[in-house]
Amino acid sequence: MTKVGDELTWKDLEIGSIITEPGNADQNQTGDWRTQRPTYDHARCIKCGLCSIFCPEGCIGPTPEGFFEANLFYCKGCGICARECWTKAITMVEEEEE
Amino acid sequence: MAKRIGIEVSRSVAIAAKLANVDVVSAYPITPQTHIVEDIAELVANGELEASFIPVESEHSAMSACLGASAVGARTFTATASQGLELMHEVLYVASGMRLPIVMAVANRALSAPISIWGDHSDVMSARDTGWIQIFAANGQETFDNVLCAFRIAEDRRVLLPVMVHLDGFHLTHVIEPIYIPEADEVARFLPPHEYPLPLDPARPVSMGAFGPPYIYSEAKKAQQVNMLASKEVVLQGWREFAGVFGRSYEPLECYRCQGAKVLLLAMGSFSETAMSAVDVVREEGREVGLIKLRLWRPFPFDEIRRAVEGAEVLIVLDRALSFGGPGGPVCSEIRSCLYGRDKRPKVVGFVGGLGGRDISLGGFVEIIKRGTEIARKGSDQEFEMFGVRE
Repeated sequence: MTKVGDELTWKDLEIGSIITEPGNADQNQTGDWRTQRPTYDHARCIKCGLCSIFCPEGCIGPTPEGFFEANLFYCKGCGICARECWTKAITMVEEEEE
Repeated sequence: MAKRIGIEVSRSVAIAAKLANVDVVSAYPITPQTHIVEDIAELVANGELEASFIPVESEHSAMSACLGASAVGARTFTATASQGLELMHEVLYVASGMRLPIVMAVANRALSAPISIWGDHSDVMSARDTGWIQIFAANGQETFDNVLCAFRIAEDRRVLLPVMVHLDGFHLTHVIEPIYIPEADEVARFLPPHEYPLPLDPARPVSMGAFGPPYIYSEAKKAQQVNMLASKEVVLQGWREFAGVFGRSYEPLECYRCQGAKVLLLAMGSFSETAMSAVDVVREEGREVGLIKLRLWRPFPFDEIRRAVEGAEVLIVLDRALSFGGPGGPVCSEIRSCLYGRDKRPKVVGFVGGLGGRDISLGGFVEIIKRGTEIARKGSDQEFEMFGVRE
């Protein structure tokens, strides 16, 4: 299936909306209901990865520099990472703030 | 060669399921459906039907087990009634949304409270919008025939939707009627083996009943609606091919002495048989009346209804269910919607009667025809009348 998400028309769906392609839930943008997003202070981050362990969405991973950051396509903005970060390197900010 | 035998209609439904060679039956007994599933259980236990009979603890589980069975591609049958249909209600939507061609006989019965084991159409009307194809039988032979047709229609690749066959509780389920029972090879000619196109299969994994976020749910429902509308042609084709093999033909509605009729009566289910006799009586009095027997409830036969009432001045609709505080019986309500946009249409008069097993006799239907004609002439400040209620 080449079309994904909101590109799909009703004619593109399999009978009964059956999913024939394993793992295509990764096309499901769960980040679009977020009201807050995590911001990072790399001066405080010790690259322990604890935030990635606590993330219920499993959407936090290391950047090429080794810092841990959330993939905002999936991040729902729950704030658990900010709460658990013991060096206080993560701050949640309102989506409408720059 | 088909044999015509005297048999209880419920038992003929069990034989129809056997002749359809069902793979899985999951059901919970409830009056007045009981004889259907008891007989099927016996056929399976005796080795006369090679199928899995799954006894469950509730109708919710019965329909859920049917989902699973149908999802692996099994030909699946169940039957229920009344409170049982209500208990499986949420699962009914899953069956149609997942496009699983389950066939279910519904022995139509009233709903509590007060508790009533007797017949009316309250149960099915709450299942009206569940996305199932729905066929109403007027007699035993129609019931038997339409169970066979239901498999044919449901499993067609262009349809793949569940089908309910409605038979009135007691008025049909518990009466003995002469019914033509065909031979297995005749049924096999009409009903090819079932092959579901995308079954649950470890060799070709699929996910069914997945999450549908806002960006796709409407598209899924549109697909379902288009599919339901398109199913009508297959219903008609199924009936035509049934006629080719068995010689009995069915239409979405049947007109009885409608030619030149100024007053038409419309009824669904077994009561339409009594209404036929009432039409004969009133015709003998020299009044031009006719009867429409509505057989296909979903998809609703808009065009056929509009054609059938052309030329009529009054259309009297009998419902065996009541929408409390609403516009009257559900059938009448839909007929009004169907005709509202027409420049020329009959006056539609609604009656609700035959609730919870209350009989409407031949004389009762004659009275309904006369009273309905009078209301059409004089008008009424009520949306509908309840027939036969003691004041």
